[in-house]
Amino acid sequence: MADLLFLFISILVIASAVNVVISSQLIYSAVSLLFTLFGVAGLYVFLYADFMAATQVIIYVGGILVLIIFGVMLTNKIDTPNIVSSSSNQVIGFFAASFLFLIQLAVIVKTDWKQGEVQQIEGTVDVIGSMLLWDYFLAFEVVSILLLAALIGAAFLSRRNA
Amino acid sequence: MNDVQSYLIIASILFSLGVFGVITKRNAIAILMGIELILNAANINFIAFNRFGGMERLDGHVFAIFIIVLAAAEAAVALAIIINLFRNIGTVNVDEAQELKG
Repeated sequence: MADLLFLFISILVIASAVNVVISSQLIYSAVSLLFTLFGVAGLYVFLYADFMAATQVIIYVGGILVLIIFGVMLTNKIDTPNIVSSSSNQVIGFFAASFLFLIQLAVIVKTDWKQGEVQQIEGTVDVIGSMLLWDYFLAFEVVSILLLAALIGAAFLSRRNA
Repeated sequence: MNDVQSYLIIASILFSLGVFGVITKRNAIAILMGIELILNAANINFIAFNRFGGMERLDGHVFAIFIIVLAAAEAAVALAIIINLFRNIGTVNVDEAQELKG
């Protein structure tokens, strides 16, 4: 049962990611990206990463994807019937991407991954919280300043007469 | 589903699809979607290695959280730039954005 669900989620992630990159309608790409991000959250659940799954749904699906659709709507004329995103270099892109994929596949299959003790942690939230405020405190502060700078920068850039 | 390879293969497929999208798409927002796919592939790798790599704690999760934060900041700034581009030259096709000073 769990194997079947894992297979289903993997196929959902990959099929919708394929649709993201080959669809010629920008809105269809955005909706397919929604399914990809939800599927990745499902994979996090399989990896016992409950906090990451919730974060993925809240930030990616609720934030970044809405921002992307917002951008699609703002960068097209209202009377455009269907918003087309053209592609070019299909052959070069296909060969480059499959080349990269084959290299990664060879590495993944040939490497003797250290298996054995699968991590057993009951609930990840408190461990992540204490790690953020002890071991990664400097990075936490730096990234909060980065977020503030990105917020101010985005608001400044998108003003009417910046 | 109980070995690291299956997650790595899914992540590598996602990464390759993202690279394909970044290379072939000409709309700036579609390129941004490809970048999001690549970042998600990296996140899957971090969390899979954290579970199967014999880690004591959750360092991979913390790295994945930082990646999500960076992705959010990147998407916000990139969309502001793209909207400015659209205002200046009337298109978001990256092939037509050629002038250094418009």
